[in-house]
Amino acid sequence: MTARAGLSLASAALATTLVVTGCTSIYEVPIDTPIQAKLDVTPFQRVHVVGFIGGGSDEVDPNLETVRLLRSQLRTKSRLRVIDADPLPLEQVARQQAGGTVTAADAPETGQMALPERIRDEKDLEAYEPLFANADYWKRIGEEFQQPLIVTGTVIFRAHQASGIVTQEREIYDQFGRRTVVPQRVFMERKGFILRPKFVFIDGRTGAVLYQESYREERLYPTQQNVPALSSFFEQMDALLPSFLNTLSTTRVRGSRILLK
Amino acid sequence: MDIRAFAVALTLAAALPGAAVAQEDVRKQAVAQVEFGITVAQKNLWQEAVYRWQKATEIDPTYAAAFNNLAIAYEQLGKFEEAGKAYERAVELEPENLSIQQNYDLFKELNDRARRAQSR
Repeated sequence: MTARAGLSLASAALATTLVVTGCTSIYEVPIDTPIQAKLDVTPFQRVHVVGFIGGGSDEVDPNLETVRLLRSQLRTKSRLRVIDADPLPLEQVARQQAGGTVTAADAPETGQMALPERIRDEKDLEAYEPLFANADYWKRIGEEFQQPLIVTGTVIFRAHQASGIVTQEREIYDQFGRRTVVPQRVFMERKGFILRPKFVFIDGRTGAVLYQESYREERLYPTQQNVPALSSFFEQMDALLPSFLNTLSTTRVRGSRILLK
Repeated sequence: MDIRAFAVALTLAAALPGAAVAQEDVRKQAVAQVEFGITVAQKNLWQEAVYRWQKATEIDPTYAAAFNNLAIAYEQLGKFEEAGKAYERAVELEPENLSIQQNYDLFKELNDRARRAQSR
């Protein structure tokens, strides 16, 4: 009898397990998740991409190209009205604000950071940072354009070379003609470009910096592949645009998930 | 002692299948809610899906699939905190379920991004 009772217990437990576990059916569904904007732009009706302090490669004008690209993106993907005006000569403005031409030669005397003649890399931009903190200047710009949200910052786009071991896929055919792909580590010389933009968002009513964000993108190509600088610039900008746009407006991230039964 | 042991065994034998049947009924009701939720979610009616899957979790709080689906619906609606809690419960109930784990991993990635956006 004890054995029968034990059997009953076991079958009851099994039944419970089967009910609890069940047979799972899966359904893949697309989802579209909203990511809230990083900045509250409700007080603004307009956005003014005034320009950037740019440097690096001679092949691309990072200031002009960034202004053009951001304006066109904001026109279609933001509720703010985009102001069309010539980009400001910010390098020149920074020099004027620094009290004339402060160069590496006279910097030690004035106690100011030297404004480099030519901006080649990220280090050269440090001296221009005070420009973005000059609230009076930005407030004046804001007044001129009916107090918009001002977008400015710095953009470095420079050539870059790197050599090292990279993993490539190699096709192998056996005696029966069957193809297999195997990873192979090879030494390669590669060249490409680095893009380092910093976007600064300024309140056109007060001149205060509301938010700023820096990015770093890098693309390397085999030396024999001749990728035009402008094409690489847009390729890299394309990668960071969603994040830039998410600063001003809620974006939706598409994906898929598995529903279960 | 033998009679007592027999009585206990008899009671258990009688009670446990009953409990299993009751659990089966509960799960059937929850499954019906989950199925309806899936149908409406596939038609993009996520609010209704949330309602159905919430009901399913109330009917059967041990139903991992219901929590998983509820979490997905919350994600779709941008309710990250609620989604996180529902995923945690689903993983707790079925830690070996790879589909739940995969959904949860994708959610965590998205949630990190949303948090970074909000903290700035």
